[in-house]
Amino acid sequence: MSIIPVSYYLVLSAVLFGLGVIAFVFKRNIITVFMSIELMLNAVNLAFVAFARAHNQLDGLVFVFFVIVVAAAEAAVGLALVIMIAQNRQSLSVERMNHLKF
Amino acid sequence: MSVPFVLFFVCGALAVTGAVLVIAAREPIHSALALVLVMVALAVLYLLLGAPFIAAVQIIVYAGAIMVLFVFVIMLLNAGVEERTDFSAIAKYIGLPLGFVLIFWAAHWLWRSQAAAAIGTSASIPAASSHDLSVELFRQYLFPFEATSILILIAILGALVLARKEQ
Repeated sequence: MSIIPVSYYLVLSAVLFGLGVIAFVFKRNIITVFMSIELMLNAVNLAFVAFARAHNQLDGLVFVFFVIVVAAAEAAVGLALVIMIAQNRQSLSVERMNHLKF
Repeated sequence: MSVPFVLFFVCGALAVTGAVLVIAAREPIHSALALVLVMVALAVLYLLLGAPFIAAVQIIVYAGAIMVLFVFVIMLLNAGVEERTDFSAIAKYIGLPLGFVLIFWAAHWLWRSQAAAAIGTSASIPAASSHDLSVELFRQYLFPFEATSILILIAILGALVLARKEQ
């Protein structure tokens, strides 16, 4: 028997996404906050591939392809923003970026 | 326990361990290396799911390009140990338990779901070949594919404009 139920993959995906959310909220370094976004994107990709396999359709794989492309573009722009913020503020801590806070 | 099951549980455990290490590590570079572990484990799971092209793209683009960019920025900015700060009482005593409840509720619901359990990822279905995937990509999804090229062009321009030195 070599059938892994798709629910196994979905549970793994949910756990990884939840850990990504926890990392996003709890990390204090702006680069690691960015990394937790990538973690959440990866968790969603796993669910996409699992569903594509379960329904034997290729659309899910094409979506994963687009998610990876958008993640690459997002990382390039986001890290450029991080560099700019680090040069202006001399700090990477998200606690120091509270100028819009009321 | 057949080979795919063992492979699934090993890679799933590696992915969850990596994700926990991303949170636990205090140096950003350790978080980045843990995230590479998660991505490689997920690439093996994609192979297991019969998507070799996606697995290759995951390794090349995610573990290769994106994580190298992260490591490069970490070294460029000389990011050291992150400072720990006190969280608000609401986040500590309500947010964290609620987060774990949400994870376990979602996992439990997916686990018990009859609809999800009914469909399996059988190994008897042939793997999605790169040929089928490219036919799908260049016929049905041709316009989104072309649109992503414009997106990448804008991202390049944006990154250049943001990262260059002020005159």
